[in-house]
Amino acid sequence: MRQIWDIPGGIHPPENKTQSTGDAIANIPLPAEIVLPLNQHIGAPAIPCVAVGDKVLKGQVVAEAQGLVSAPIHASTSGTISAIEQRFIPHPSGMMSDCIVITPDGEDQWTTLHPVPDYKALDHAELVALIRQAGIAGMGGAGFPTAVKLNPRADRKVHTLILNGTECEPYITADDMLMRERADEVVAGTLLLAHILGTPETILIGIEDNKPEAIAAMQAAVDKHAQQSRGIAIDVVSFPTKYPSGGEKQLIQILTGKEVPSGQIPATIGIVVQNVGTAVATYRAVTFGEPLVSRITTVVGETLKQQRNIEVLIGTPVDHVLTLHGYQAEKKSRLIIGGPMMGFTVEHTNIPVVKTTNCILVPSNEEIPPTQPAQACIRCGMCAEACPANLLPQQLFWYSQAEDTEKLEQHNLFDCIECGACSYVCPSNIPLVQYYRASKGTIRQQELAKKQSDRARQRFEFRQERIAKAEAEKEAKRLARKKAAEEAKKKLAAQAGNEPEKNAATSSAAGSTTPVPKTPEQASTGATDTNQLPKLERALSSAKSREERAQQQLAEAKANGEDARIEPLSARLKQAELKVKEAEEKLKAYQQGENLPSSAVPEKLQQKLSLSPRQKAEKNIETLQKRIATAEEKLAEAEQANASTTDALRQGVEKLNQKLAEAQRELEATAEDGITAEKGAAAVDAPTMSAAEIAIAKAQAKAAAQASMSDDEKNQAQIASLQKRLDKARERLAKAEAENNDNIDAFRIGVEKLEAKLAEAQQPQTTP
Amino acid sequence: MALLKITSPHVHGTNSTSRVMAKVALACAPGIMALTLWFGFGSLCNIILCIGFCLSFEAIALKLRQRDVRFFLSDFSAVVTALLLGIALPPFAPWWLIAIGSFFSIVVAKQLYGGLGFNPFNPAMVGYVVLLISFPVEMTTWLPAMANSQGLGTIEGLAQVFAGHAFTSLDAYTGATPLDIVKQNSSAVLSDLYQQQSVFKNSHFAGTGWEWVNLAFLGGGIYLLWRKIFTWHAPISMLGTLAVLSALFYDGGSSSSPGSPLLHLFSGGTMLGAFFIVTDPVTSAVSNKGRVVYGIGIGALVFVIRAWGNYPDAIAFSVLLMNFAAPFIDYYTQPRTYGHVKKPGKPSQK
Repeated sequence: MRQIWDIPGGIHPPENKTQSTGDAIANIPLPAEIVLPLNQHIGAPAIPCVAVGDKVLKGQVVAEAQGLVSAPIHASTSGTISAIEQRFIPHPSGMMSDCIVITPDGEDQWTTLHPVPDYKALDHAELVALIRQAGIAGMGGAGFPTAVKLNPRADRKVHTLILNGTECEPYITADDMLMRERADEVVAGTLLLAHILGTPETILIGIEDNKPEAIAAMQAAVDKHAQQSRGIAIDVVSFPTKYPSGGEKQLIQILTGKEVPSGQIPATIGIVVQNVGTAVATYRAVTFGEPLVSRITTVVGETLKQQRNIEVLIGTPVDHVLTLHGYQAEKKSRLIIGGPMMGFTVEHTNIPVVKTTNCILVPSNEEIPPTQPAQACIRCGMCAEACPANLLPQQLFWYSQAEDTEKLEQHNLFDCIECGACSYVCPSNIPLVQYYRASKGTIRQQELAKKQSDRARQRFEFRQERIAKAEAEKEAKRLARKKAAEEAKKKLAAQAGNEPEKNAATSSAAGSTTPVPKTPEQASTGATDTNQLPKLERALSSAKSREERAQQQLAEAKANGEDARIEPLSARLKQAELKVKEAEEKLKAYQQGENLPSSAVPEKLQQKLSLSPRQKAEKNIETLQKRIATAEEKLAEAEQANASTTDALRQGVEKLNQKLAEAQRELEATAEDGITAEKGAAAVDAPTMSAAEIAIAKAQAKAAAQASMSDDEKNQAQIASLQKRLDKARERLAKAEAENNDNIDAFRIGVEKLEAKLAEAQQPQTTP
Repeated sequence: MALLKITSPHVHGTNSTSRVMAKVALACAPGIMALTLWFGFGSLCNIILCIGFCLSFEAIALKLRQRDVRFFLSDFSAVVTALLLGIALPPFAPWWLIAIGSFFSIVVAKQLYGGLGFNPFNPAMVGYVVLLISFPVEMTTWLPAMANSQGLGTIEGLAQVFAGHAFTSLDAYTGATPLDIVKQNSSAVLSDLYQQQSVFKNSHFAGTGWEWVNLAFLGGGIYLLWRKIFTWHAPISMLGTLAVLSALFYDGGSSSSPGSPLLHLFSGGTMLGAFFIVTDPVTSAVSNKGRVVYGIGIGALVFVIRAWGNYPDAIAFSVLLMNFAAPFIDYYTQPRTYGHVKKPGKPSQK
């Protein structure tokens, strides 16, 4: 005999199990239609992969799993898809949801199955994939996709596998009957699950002692297996009947004495619990290739003429089941899906049986009378005596009424398993569990709202900062342009006076200007300054294409009536419009500057180069800040859209921030030695030059060379550089196309522009 | 209500608040019988008047608070309060005393705080203490045991209750309780007291009549424990503490001795307090561990006040003082929840 432990609390409600165990598990005739809800499990709903009018065979996939925590849905009989529409589903709220409706053809013909008689030939991943494809979700009631549970994290060794045959809820006998009649399959399923989990040292089948037949059947099956001596020991453990022993956490405590840490899954402590029904479904899915298309459900209650367990096709309407069992609607007090302790009532009978429906309970008024009105809580503490999680339900009730969320969390509200033991014993008839559910919902909503408001605030702050920066930048640019224009005018006037002197002055200035500390970026900005025009044009065209796309999307969203998307889309459109305007302005401003004599360009460069180190550093910081702002904006966008590039963008922002810090340090440094640098500017030694300084020197030399080049030479150099750029741009475009990047349009436009330019430059120099 | 209707659990145990209260009332029956047997029908008189006043006050208060009078009266909590107050008062208490006590119990201590479940202090004990402090003379005139058989007739008794004759003709019948005698022992050793005082002459261990009354309440308490109306934690820890302390300070019966453990356990209101007042769930600590602490606190306070305080008995004061401490005890005795290593509610979490 294995040692077993006791759980705190617990209750002994009338079991009411005998009325449904008299008959063997029965089959019922096909219904007129099969309704398959897309979300019968915990996780994301499945996506339909059939269309109305399609012929399907039994076992054929009609909806595919979406994401990791999800399960596919299979046709549970052969027939025609007659609709994919909203139908009532078994849900406490009585809501409707998307369902696939099949009109059976009566043949009940299976699709081609792929049995795997020897599962040991497959590896772990293949087996998990098979179970996943079979659409198996926990059949005890919660409906957690089984494949996910069988795929624990690699660092967690599972040492104990527990098969849950407890079935502690009153009335329900589905697992009981399954163990009595199909014990061999339960054992086979257990061995399969154990194999998938890497053969845990301990394999237990836990059954409450109010099911002697099931215990005997299971023990016999296990003994039979042991005779075949396959080397894996299975223990059938029975323990005293007490509600809620069948809760996953409670069963673990009873069988191992261990507790699952709060907020964690059993795998954390090396334990996996599976329902016996799930084990059988898994076994059939692998060995016979049968997906989950039927389950055993207890049909019970005094309003029925016949009470028993049936093997029912998933999607069979409940009213079809009830009619076949002689349902007398006038006698019923309520229709409960699940047991009387944790099941929920539904308003309609036109809901389907789903993967988690373990019981359909239709009691009469005498059997389960209407609830009495609640009286005041006298804090008698009977609830605390009954609580299996060792909570203080009376205190939770008090704080729940007061909506004191802090106290509720301090009293571990979220460790409540909603078993209902406290409500059951409450002498004042207080619906305690309902209060806890409501409070849990409120707290979850509050947390969500807080998260959202935090994000909104952050975004607002970013935006304010960005706008302020853009304004400041614009102003600075305007001033710079003004200054440049004035200087150019002055130069022009001077040039009109003595042309050759000017050239000399430029070259001498270039030669004598002391290279000053400068970051590489700035050097490169300086060097590419001459290529501003195409850049601006590119920016404009990409902004325009973005605007167009935004308009298109908005129109689409409006046409499809996707209200939720309209708002962010229109915001995006507005943003795009702003950007287009900005780009246009920039381009215009630049073109005005361009109209100046060409000699102004080196002049500008000269001017830039002759800035004091301090000014340069400041400017550097300014550009960096600008870039950070845009990068952060992009990041925020990406985060909102949940794009895969989020991480890369975040890294970019971090890098920029680093650079900014560096630049600020440099600014401080230059502020200190700025005076000395200015004094002994000419005396700076070559060895102290940084890479940046070298780059600047190079750029200067290039500018000087360009200034002194003949037109022909200039042209050739330009062609060469253009070709280089074109090659690069093409490469980028190809990459973008390969990745299906958003910026394809912009890249394509850039390449076209470059090609046009190159053609222009290559034209023989006849016209100048 | 439409939403509440559809939620689980759908089945409910057979327990109900009025059933709990009815069982408590039933468990009082042996104690009341013993009181009547030894002290005359004075206690019965008290109880009947108390029930009348308490129910009336409760109904008026509910009406003023615009609550469903019949629904809330049917929880029988006012009846239990009335019973406890009636038992605690000296037999043949004048009607106005009972009225004032009932008013403070029901209106001030209970309804003004929001009704059943919201009162921080035990209503019956609030009423009792208000009377004890305001009307010390009336509250300390107990008849000696067997007074009934010696001839305090029905007429005289009723005259005492309703006409306020204040024992003018009944002086002969008034007597000190055993705890009074031990307290004001005029420097006599206990064995002398036991021989001189009539209260102890015919008794076995804790005073004529009193020991039987306490045994009867003990029986009622054991019945309630058996029916699982409350857990053993608070009453047993209270009685245990009282027994241990009185044993520690019992020096074999010198003149300064506060009395033997048996005297303390079976005299005064000890058993009534332990099983019917300390166990009031509304005002006590909530967790089992908390109830142990709560019971120990009451036991210790009872002994301290009895031994060194001004009052011969101290159940009411001790209970009220520990009512104050109950939320504090709750804060530090929250049980460890499943799956948690550390106990919740510890200051470290804050």
